[in-house]
Amino acid sequence: MAVLDISQLDVRFDTPDGQIHAVRGVNLTIEAGECLGVVGESGSGKSQSFLAAMGLLARNGTAKGSVKLDGQEILNLPIGQLNALRGQSMTMIFQDPLTALTPHLRIGEQMAEVLSVHAGINGRAARSRSLEWLDKVRMPDAARRLGQFPHELSGGQRQRVMIAMAMLMQPRLLIADEPTTALDVTVQAEILDLMADLQRSENTAIALITHDMGVVARMCDRIEVMRHGSYVESGKADDIFYHPQHTYTRTLLDAMPRLDTPVAPPSRQTTPPIMTAKGIKVHFPIRLPGGLFGRRGVVRAVDGVDLEIRAGETLGLVGESGCGKSTLARALLQLIPTTAGQVTWMGKTLTNRRAAELKSCRQDLQIVFQDPVASLDPRMTIAASIAEPLLTHEPDLSPDARRGKVRDMLERVGLDHAMQNRYPHELSGGQNQRVGIARAMITRPKMIVCDEAVSALDVSVQAQILELLKDLRREFDMSMIFISHDLSVVREVADRIMVLYLGRPVEIAPRDQIFDHAQHPYTQSLISAVPVPDPRAERSRTRLKLPGELPSVMTQGSQLRFLPSRAEQLEYEPALQEVSPGHWVAEHDPIDTILAPEQIR
Amino acid sequence: MFRFILNRLIYAVPTMLVMIVACFVLMHVAPGGPFTSERPLPPQVLANIEARYGLDQPYWKQLWDYIANIVLRFDFGPSFQYKDRDVNDVIAQGFPITLTYGVLSFIAATTIGISLGLLAALRQNTLADYLAVGFSFVAQVLPNFVMGPILILIFTLHLGWLPGGGWYGGQWQYLIMPVIALSTSYMASIARITRSSMLEVLNSNFIRTAKAKGLPTHRIVVQHALKPAMLPVVSYLSPVFVYVITGSVFVDIYFSTGGLGQAYVNSALNRDYSVLLGTTILYGGLTIFFNLVTDLLYAWLDPKIRY
Repeated sequence: MAVLDISQLDVRFDTPDGQIHAVRGVNLTIEAGECLGVVGESGSGKSQSFLAAMGLLARNGTAKGSVKLDGQEILNLPIGQLNALRGQSMTMIFQDPLTALTPHLRIGEQMAEVLSVHAGINGRAARSRSLEWLDKVRMPDAARRLGQFPHELSGGQRQRVMIAMAMLMQPRLLIADEPTTALDVTVQAEILDLMADLQRSENTAIALITHDMGVVARMCDRIEVMRHGSYVESGKADDIFYHPQHTYTRTLLDAMPRLDTPVAPPSRQTTPPIMTAKGIKVHFPIRLPGGLFGRRGVVRAVDGVDLEIRAGETLGLVGESGCGKSTLARALLQLIPTTAGQVTWMGKTLTNRRAAELKSCRQDLQIVFQDPVASLDPRMTIAASIAEPLLTHEPDLSPDARRGKVRDMLERVGLDHAMQNRYPHELSGGQNQRVGIARAMITRPKMIVCDEAVSALDVSVQAQILELLKDLRREFDMSMIFISHDLSVVREVADRIMVLYLGRPVEIAPRDQIFDHAQHPYTQSLISAVPVPDPRAERSRTRLKLPGELPSVMTQGSQLRFLPSRAEQLEYEPALQEVSPGHWVAEHDPIDTILAPEQIR
Repeated sequence: MFRFILNRLIYAVPTMLVMIVACFVLMHVAPGGPFTSERPLPPQVLANIEARYGLDQPYWKQLWDYIANIVLRFDFGPSFQYKDRDVNDVIAQGFPITLTYGVLSFIAATTIGISLGLLAALRQNTLADYLAVGFSFVAQVLPNFVMGPILILIFTLHLGWLPGGGWYGGQWQYLIMPVIALSTSYMASIARITRSSMLEVLNSNFIRTAKAKGLPTHRIVVQHALKPAMLPVVSYLSPVFVYVITGSVFVDIYFSTGGLGQAYVNSALNRDYSVLLGTTILYGGLTIFFNLVTDLLYAWLDPKIRY
C-alpha cells in the first residue's frame, strides 16, 4: 500500500477578486522509502496540494477529493484527529528556515514538545532523544544547540533543526517544500545528502517540492511535473529527464542553466579598462556587548579588492551569502561609502566625491536589484519609475520626448506600452524585473550592475531575462557586473569571474578557466556543489566537501581557512598569485591538508 | 543586563536636566507670574513676596538654587499658591489617589483589552470577533472626559446606584466610575492592537510549523503565538501606564477625587512654578522608568533583543 495516495484533489481559494482554482484534480502516490519530486513553477499549485493534505491551507482555502495516509482518509479530518497524525506519521519542512522556527523558544524546547505531545516523552528522555536526532542530522556542537535560540543558528543549521524535528517520531512521510531554495549551494548539497541518507536509513517516504530540476535529478526516483494546478507529466526520473513527453517539461529542462552544456565563447578580447578599483575596503562599525557603553567592533564586509572592468565586458561576482559581493558592487557605484581604496571610472576618481559631483557619473552607472517588486516605488506607475532618471539626467527633455523614450524602452524590454500606467503590484515578478531593467537602461548607461537580478524568478522567466540582458549588453555595448550565488547562471553571461570569500577575492579568471580549471579549493567546492539536471551524471558525481561551516567574517583568522599552515599568524592575508595569464588564485595549501579536519580549528 | 540598566539610569540624569531647564525657561517666558492678579499688588508688597520666594534673583541663580535644593535636600521648594505647603506635600497628598485609581484602570484596561483582542483574533470573522471589534470601535471614541459625565448621568442621577464623587479613602463605590471612565478608551486601543498583532503572528511561518508538528491549538496560542503578539502591545503600554497613574484632570474634576491631575493643571494656570516643575519632574522620571521597564520586557519577549 502506498504511504500517501492523493486522488482527485481539488483546492480552491475564495478571494475578494473571485475564486482561484489552485489545484485541479491531482492524483499521485508515494511508496515507502521513495523520493517523489514534485516540480513546477511558482503558482503551479505544487505546495498547495501538500498543504491541503497536511490540513495547513489558509483560512480561505477549501479542499475536495481524497488523501489517504497508509490507507486512512485524512483530507478535512477534524483538527483533533489530524493532530494525532501530523508531526507523528507525516511531517513537513518548509522553504524559509529563518522564519519557520518560533523565535522565542529554545531549540531544545521546540523539539521536546513534539515528543511530549505525540509520545508523552518529557524531561531528560526527551532531551536525549532530541540530541540523538541533532547528531543524526550532523549538527555541529549539537548539545549546545539545544539551549540556543533560532536566531543564534545559521540558515543551514536551522534547516537541520527542522529536519531533526520532523524526524523525531520517525514519520512514514516527510514533505519537504523547497527545503534548500533559500540556502547557499554548498549548504544545499549537504542538506540534500542528509535527506537522501535519512530516506535510506529510516525508510521514510519523501515528497520533495521544488522548482530546481538539478535538485530533483539528484534526489528523486520519480517525478511529477505540475503546471497551473494539474499534473502534466509523471514518470521515472530518467524518463522525465531523457525522454520528456510533454512540451512544458521540455521547456523547463531547456530553461535550466546548467554547468555541463557548452556556452557561447566570451564576447570579446582586450579593450581598455573603463573601471578600475584598487584596495577597496568597506568596514561597518558595530556595537558589541561589553563595557558600560558597549565595545566597538568592525565588520570587514569587503576587505581589500582590486579589480578592472573593460569596456563591453561582463564580470561575474560569485560567492556565498555574506561574502560581500553586493557590498562590493555598491561600493564601486559609491552607493555606500568606502573605508579605503580608490575607484576610477573612465579616468575620474569616484571615491571621496560629494553627491553632486557623483551625479553626472550616475547616468553611466546603473544597477538592477534582486527583489523586483520591492525595488520599485509602489505608489508610482511603472512609466513614472522608468522616466524618473531622465528628470535628473536630461532635465531639458520635453514631456513628449520623455514619454516617447519610455515607450521605446518598454518595448525594448519586452513590455506592452499599454501597461505603462500600471503599478508594480499589478505585474508579475518577471514583468517587474523588466521594468527595473528599463529604469536602469533609460539613461543608456555604460555599465550596469545586476545584483542577483534573476535569483527571485522562475527558471523559464529567468532564462528570458538573461536573454534580454545579453541582447541589451550587445546593443548598447555595455559593461556589466553580474552578481549571483548561482554559478550556472553566472556561467551563461560572464566573460570573467571573481570568486569572493569573506570579503576577499580567492580566484579571478576568464570564465572557462574557472569552470574547467578551478585552482582554489573554495571555487572547486562551489562548483562541485551545483546540482546538474541529469540524474545519471548526478549519481556518479563525487563532491568536494569542505569540512566545517562557513566561518563568520568576525572570527579572527577566518581568512586562513584554506591556508592552515599559516594558522598561527592570525593577521596573515593570503596573497593573489598569477598562475596563468589573467588567472589569479589566492595563496592556499594543497587540498589534502585542508581536508584533514584536525588542521582546521 | 545590569550594565544596560545602569547605562540607562546614567543617561536619565542629563535627560531630566534638559527637561527641567526647558520647563523652567518656558514657564518664565510666558507672561505673568505667580503673584500677578487682576488687582495689582502694591509694588513694595510684590517686591517683598518675590524676595521671600527668591524670585528677585537672576534666572540662572533661581534655576541653580532649585536644582541644588533637589539634589542636596530632595526639596522641591514651597508652593507659591498654597501657603505653608511645599511641593512634596502637594504630591504626597495627590499622588497616592491617582496611583490607586490609575493602577486599577491600568489593570482593567490591559486584562480586559488583551482578552478581548485575543478572543477576537482566535475567533476571527465570527460573532465574538464582530462584538469585540464593535465594542472597541465605540469605546475608542469615548475618552475619559466624555465617559465621566455619561457615567454620572446614568449611575448617579438616573439609577442612583453609585455616589457621584468624592474619595473617602478610596472605598470601592467611589472607585468604580473613575476607573471605568479612565480605562475604557485605552482598553479599546489595547484590544485592537492585540487583535491585529495576534492575527499577524497566527499567519506567520513558525505557527504553520507548529501546526505541522500536530500541536493542539491552545498550546500553539499560549506557547508559540502569545509572546511575539505581545510586542506591539507592550510598546503601547508604557505611555498608557504613565498617563493613567499620573491621573487625569477630568477624572479629578468630574468625580472630585482630589488627585494630582487637577493639582498639575491648576499649578500651570496659577503659575505655581514649584508645583508645576515638581510634578513635571515626577512625570518625566516615571516616563523614563517605564520606558526602561518596557525595554526589559522586550528582552523577555524576544530573545533576539539582548542588552
